Amino acid sequence: MKAVVTVIGKDNVGILHKVSGICMEYNANVLEVTQSVLQDMFAMIMLVDISAMSADFAQLVDRMDNLGKELGLSIHTMHEDIFNSMHSI
Amino acid sequence: MLNVYDILETIRMIQDECLDIRTITMGISLLDCIDTDIDKACEKVYNKIVDHAKNLVPVGQQIEKEYGIPIINKRISVTPIAMLAAACPNQNPVKFAKALQKAADTCGVNFIGGYSALVHKGFSAGDMALIQSIPEALDVTQNICSSVNIGSTKSGINMDAVKLMGQIVRQSAERTADRDCIGPAKLVVFCNAVEDNPFMAGAFHGVGEPDCEIHVGVSGPGVVRSALAKYPDASINELADIIKKTAFKITRMGQLVGARASKELGVPFGIVDLSLAPTPAIGDSVAHILEEMGLEMCGTHGTTACLAMLNDAVKKGGVMASSTVGGLSGAFIPVSEDAGMIDAAVAGVLSLEKLEAMTAVCSVGLDMIVVPGDITPETISAIIADEAAIGMVNSKTTAVRLIPAIGKKEGEILEFGGLLGSGPVMPIREKSSAKFINRGGRIPAPMQSLKN
Repeated sequence: MKAVVTVIGKDNVGILHKVSGICMEYNANVLEVTQSVLQDMFAMIMLVDISAMSADFAQLVDRMDNLGKELGLSIHTMHEDIFNSMHSI
Repeated sequence: MLNVYDILETIRMIQDECLDIRTITMGISLLDCIDTDIDKACEKVYNKIVDHAKNLVPVGQQIEKEYGIPIINKRISVTPIAMLAAACPNQNPVKFAKALQKAADTCGVNFIGGYSALVHKGFSAGDMALIQSIPEALDVTQNICSSVNIGSTKSGINMDAVKLMGQIVRQSAERTADRDCIGPAKLVVFCNAVEDNPFMAGAFHGVGEPDCEIHVGVSGPGVVRSALAKYPDASINELADIIKKTAFKITRMGQLVGARASKELGVPFGIVDLSLAPTPAIGDSVAHILEEMGLEMCGTHGTTACLAMLNDAVKKGGVMASSTVGGLSGAFIPVSEDAGMIDAAVAGVLSLEKLEAMTAVCSVGLDMIVVPGDITPETISAIIADEAAIGMVNSKTTAVRLIPAIGKKEGEILEFGGLLGSGPVMPIREKSSAKFINRGGRIPAPMQSLKN
């Protein structure tokens, strides 16, 4: 099972560190990261393995939401199934 | 393989274009709750609903969180209560409505639908008592929805029931006049009602359905409108293709959520209803899709053609995305619940007659239309009869949900708030239809019914 974490917002020091820190805390292995900074805008998509997580997926979602609020970024944490089912037959 | 564009598209649809699952609806059969003692029957109804649906809201919330997709309503539909009322003659069926309300409160669901009767060919035991109790039931409860099926392609139109429903709609408005006439906003009069509809106010759990099942109703007018906005110069058949692709994606999401809910709740998956259901929120309007196609305002000439294309393309796109499609499946045009429709009605561009024409090519019918407070029951009945005739002859579901705005006149506004929105009082014809309605009897089934 995998989840997709997307982070969009104003670039700042340590965004990747903080997001991946939370993943580590919940034992969610980071599989892939794509990141770009266009002018001041930071956009990152991270694919994480959630099959061996140490807590409920919902807790990870809440933590990421709170981090987003703290940093003024839009962070979405969603199960990969939603993307797979919407965009592939 | 996931790609960045797809991920961002999904997030944009949810974040900016109001994409959501409108409802997860659990259908529950109450046939095993029938009892000649109405109090015992009510107790069984309450226990069965709570037993089956106690986890509906928590599971809905869990899925919302996991997939990051809002699920606006969690609802329950039940066996038409008239069938339970039939076993308890001379008792007030409102007791069932109260039991349903108590169950709704315990489970935390937004609505329970099924305070209903099916009388398309005639009244059987329980039907008359239930219909007559509807105004009281909708007055003393908040989350209970009612529907009555008065006609079908196979059986024709029961004009006695049509006459009665005109009176019931008016009484229901009068009883709730102090609350913006909310009563009739929870009451639908159907022709060709479907048994697996997840959408309110017309949801009930048909007798041919299993004991318990899960249906999903998707939404997403905003997503379709934004997809069309990217192609300002496309031809109509290109637009149809864009709508099909968008409807496919929306429906796949509904299928995913439904399958997941069914697994978590241990209940079979019923259907996905492929409807475009608007809300009064900005950017969630079916009228704005039609305007995006090139109409200056919804309701002008060309509206019916645009809507016909939209409705068809939504079905074509959605049908491949789901294992079982059902319910009403089409575009909804509830006036008070759609920002674009409200504007068009206020401007006088969208009339009752145009809406009637539109219902011939989409699901479902004359929905959430506010009419003057001095409308007679016979005129309401006549509007119901017209709409039922369209459904009967075209072998489709049509419905009427009219709200007589007691004490208000043409041009004034009735405010409901929430998903029900607000609507201007729309003009109706002055001339009487009373003699026609008072004749009673039945409109015989049309030739279309003889298919065998």
